[in-house]
Amino acid sequence: MSTATIADTPVELNDEGFFVNPEQWTESMADELARREGIDELTSAHWTVIRFMRSEYFDKGTGPTVRVLGKSSGISVKELYQLFPKGPAKVAARIAGIPKPRGCI
Amino acid sequence: MSQRVIVLGGGTGGTLVANRLRRIFDAEELEILVVDQDDRHVYQPGLLFVPFGLSHTDDIVRPRSQQLSHDIGFVEAAVDGVDIQANSVNLVDGRTLDYDVLVVASGAVLLPEETQGLTGPGWMERVFTFYSPEGAAALEGALAKFDGGRLVVNVVDMPIKCPVAPLEFYFLADWYFRERGIRDRVSLTYVTPLDAAFTKPIASRQLGGMREEKDIELVTEFNTGEVDGEGGRLVAYDGREVPFDLGVVVPLHGGAEYIGRSPGLGDALNFVPTDEHTLQSRTAPNIFVIGDAANVPASKAGSVTHFEGETVVANIRHFLADEPLVDNFDGHANCFIETGFGKALLIDFNYDTEPLPGHFPGRVGLPLLKESRLNHLGKLMLQWFYWHSLLPGRDIPGMGSAMPTAGKPRELIRK
Ligand SMILES: Cc1cc2nc3c(=O)[nH]c(=O)nc-3n(C[C@H](O)[C@H](O)[C@H](O)COP(=O)(O)OP(=O)(O)OC[C@H]3O[C@@H](n4cnc5c(N)ncnc54)[C@H](O)[C@@H]3O)c2cc1C
Repeated sequence: MSTATIADTPVELNDEGFFVNPEQWTESMADELARREGIDELTSAHWTVIRFMRSEYFDKGTGPTVRVLGKSSGISVKELYQLFPKGPAKVAARIAGIPKPRGCI
Repeated sequence: MSQRVIVLGGGTGGTLVANRLRRIFDAEELEILVVDQDDRHVYQPGLLFVPFGLSHTDDIVRPRSQQLSHDIGFVEAAVDGVDIQANSVNLVDGRTLDYDVLVVASGAVLLPEETQGLTGPGWMERVFTFYSPEGAAALEGALAKFDGGRLVVNVVDMPIKCPVAPLEFYFLADWYFRERGIRDRVSLTYVTPLDAAFTKPIASRQLGGMREEKDIELVTEFNTGEVDGEGGRLVAYDGREVPFDLGVVVPLHGGAEYIGRSPGLGDALNFVPTDEHTLQSRTAPNIFVIGDAANVPASKAGSVTHFEGETVVANIRHFLADEPLVDNFDGHANCFIETGFGKALLIDFNYDTEPLPGHFPGRVGLPLLKESRLNHLGKLMLQWFYWHSLLPGRDIPGMGSAMPTAGKPRELIRK
């Protein structure tokens, strides 16, 4: 665990770069978090995914997997990979300030 | 007045719950109906052995109705949907059945058509799955004819039934080609969406070492977007490709389709949101869930289904008596992993404790996380236990439902 400064605010990140406390996240942090993931500009489609990730997290206690994202966010898995080429679920979770989506066992 | 429990699905979970309930309730007190779309109960762990000629589909199928004790009604019909408000089940043939308590035990279905190209040209010719009886039987023929080239085993995405089965498949494939004396002409590759061959760190290390020794390549974090059977390629969403001459694919899984047609019952993948310790659905208090149909964070395995039985049955009894439920299901799973050459490994774990080394069930017993002949015999004996002990709903002597801790390193057990 380490403390990082995002948009001039200290936040707790775990070893894999996921937020420890999703409450520390604010919308103004997203641009900087995205740049850390190699995404220069967040489009409205990125924002659809980010908001969906957060609402699922607060609703269900875990962020969605890529497959669930593809089924319920209104954006297909193919497009999700265009938006977040390095892996939609993990990257979007980091930008949305939620813990790593609990995959399946 | 007599009450009625309807069990949807007469597979592993549905059968054992119905039989256990019958033992504690008289027929006058409780009517029990099991609904299934067919009368062929498949011992699914046996499917792993079929492609290698070690078992045949005829040997692993029995009539469902014969696994149910007398005084349990068996309805052979497909479920069309559940009306949660009306407490009723609609069957495809038009009948409607009312229930006081519903048990969802309809398992998981394979969804090969959800992956682009998978069921297109080459399906069942060059691309197979051993997850269905038809697929496993067809793969036996293809393996027998295979005399060299690239064999690729791919899991499209989680969750899948028995997450160790693909690993067992490549271990057995290694053994099979060595027996045939052509292992040097076959390359074996495992392509997985996970970041390692297995999800749990200690077991992952042990299994990874064995995979390397057996010369099986690993491709990780591969999210299959397309299977090109004709061209012999797996294509990932990120553009990576893995070529193959023979593809063995574990397709996407989802809950039964009728769940999607039952408003409020399931999630986006048609699994049923379920409390992981009481196994009561989050949808309605009189709906309980057992086995692969539940979205609890446990493996989709027959052993988990078996251990869930005790909690589900206790809670149906408590619910009918208006008593508080017990929340004692711990996510216990117990899986033999065939590693070829007459050996197997055993893993035992639950929600909190990952598979650990040691012995099962106590200090003296089967070795855990270690290859042994004894474990292989254990795996073979499972089939007998399945029909004669697990389905009838009997406890296996010396083995409770909760994960045993006696034979494991104490400092690694998490509570
Ligand atoms: C290849 C393979 C290997 C495996 N190996 C192992 C192993 O080694 N160890 C282990 O513990 N587990 C293993 N498993 C997993 C195990 O078989 C399952 O987890 C277990 O059978 C789940 O039981 P269930 O009752 O949830 O579902 P099932 O036993 O699959 O039963 C579901 C039932 O619901 C019925 N149904 C579905 N939809 C409808 C409908 N609309 N109308 C009516 N009926 C319906 C189906 O016909 C089916 O009979 C393996 C599975 C596979 C595929």
